[in-house]
Amino acid sequence: MIPAAFDYHAPNTLAEAMALLARYGEAAKVLSGGQSLLPLLKLRLGYADHLVDIGRVPGLEYIKEEDGYLKIGGATREVALERSDLIRSKYPILLDTALVIADPLVRNRATVGGNLAHGDPGNDHPATMLALGAEVVATSPKGERTIPIEKFFTGLFTTALKPDEILTAIKVPIPASRSGGAYVKLERKVGDLATAATAAQVTLGKNGEVERAGIGLTNAGPTPIKATQAENYLQGKKPDDTAITEAARLAAQATAPTVDRRGSVEYKREMARVLTARALTQAVQWAGGH
Amino acid sequence: MAEHKIRVTVNGTAHEAEVESRLLLVHLIRDVLRFTGTHIGCDTTHCGACTVLLDGEPIKSCTVLAVQADGRQLMTVEGLEKDGQLHPIQEGFWEKHGLQCGYCTPGMMMTAYALLQQNGNPSEDEIRQAISGNLCRCTGYMNIVKSIRYAAEKLP
Repeated sequence: MIPAAFDYHAPNTLAEAMALLARYGEAAKVLSGGQSLLPLLKLRLGYADHLVDIGRVPGLEYIKEEDGYLKIGGATREVALERSDLIRSKYPILLDTALVIADPLVRNRATVGGNLAHGDPGNDHPATMLALGAEVVATSPKGERTIPIEKFFTGLFTTALKPDEILTAIKVPIPASRSGGAYVKLERKVGDLATAATAAQVTLGKNGEVERAGIGLTNAGPTPIKATQAENYLQGKKPDDTAITEAARLAAQATAPTVDRRGSVEYKREMARVLTARALTQAVQWAGGH
Repeated sequence: MAEHKIRVTVNGTAHEAEVESRLLLVHLIRDVLRFTGTHIGCDTTHCGACTVLLDGEPIKSCTVLAVQADGRQLMTVEGLEKDGQLHPIQEGFWEKHGLQCGYCTPGMMMTAYALLQQNGNPSEDEIRQAISGNLCRCTGYMNIVKSIRYAAEKLP
């Protein structure tokens, strides 16, 4: 399959990239790893007159802790998360996520920023970033702005990014001690989108009670879902089996899946419940709980 | 729409081409540069038949634009054999019957090549993880895993 014709631009600086986006507006799309965008263009489900490739823009690929945040450059490839000692040792939820995105060949190209900016509720990083309470840094010729992740996904394949903005970084508040997280995904086969998946990030207080819980759900509605009710329910409670069971029930209630080849609405909702319980249990274990 | 002059190195040799923006890397490799060892399978980023190495990393060349490869190094299945000598990976697929129809084989071998560059002694599990983006409809993967193990043992 050949995409419809477009012009390709390969800016060498962020300033050039933003100038191109400002010039072409809605007619332009940012090309990062291309692992979602190019299939869309090939299938003619998406169109762009101009592709602005940020693959040659320096300074967009990094993973570092700084100023109280884990900062991930927008064009950081998934494979870099897998290989990062920092991620492997301190952010199991991000390692879990990276390892189940598409397949290893795709992960050599696919980027973390692209996974978010694509706005596909079936993508995996949105749920993880919701659970972690991340912020997205959007850069335009006017400067930088920070978008809380829960305000980022505005609709199916739609985000809060404006046409002249580039997702240049993701900022995750460095979790307090006694924190842990997990991402648990049910997929029919490697490379498939989730039938259901849950990201859970938990911080425990002095007495082992939940100080903060973040829960994100993948492919459970038109946008990635933050299971706010379940999060609130857990706050201040001991994360025992009873509490986790109830939180998982509340999370499943927040889902609005559609029927497709991956299963019925009832099945997907039930899987969201089961996976939420598993993700929470794992997160609590990482946090040093029971 | 705009044509771009690009330069890529394939298996150590520099090539230049004038390409449309929308030309896929796999078509540059097969139709323009005529390295037809690289196959097109699903054309939808699933099967991995079109796997080549881009700057040493295995990628699906149906999901990369030719212009994105400008100035970069490519390696295709034709780059494995040297001076009439099969690469140990090719020898492994021969000896261990790592193929039946052969359609997935070039891509499978490129992924295996990249794996062995990084990890000279992969376990069966590591091999299965590495090739999980390359689909084979004939072998059930048993003999592919054995072929890659064969190469791992043979490679210095």
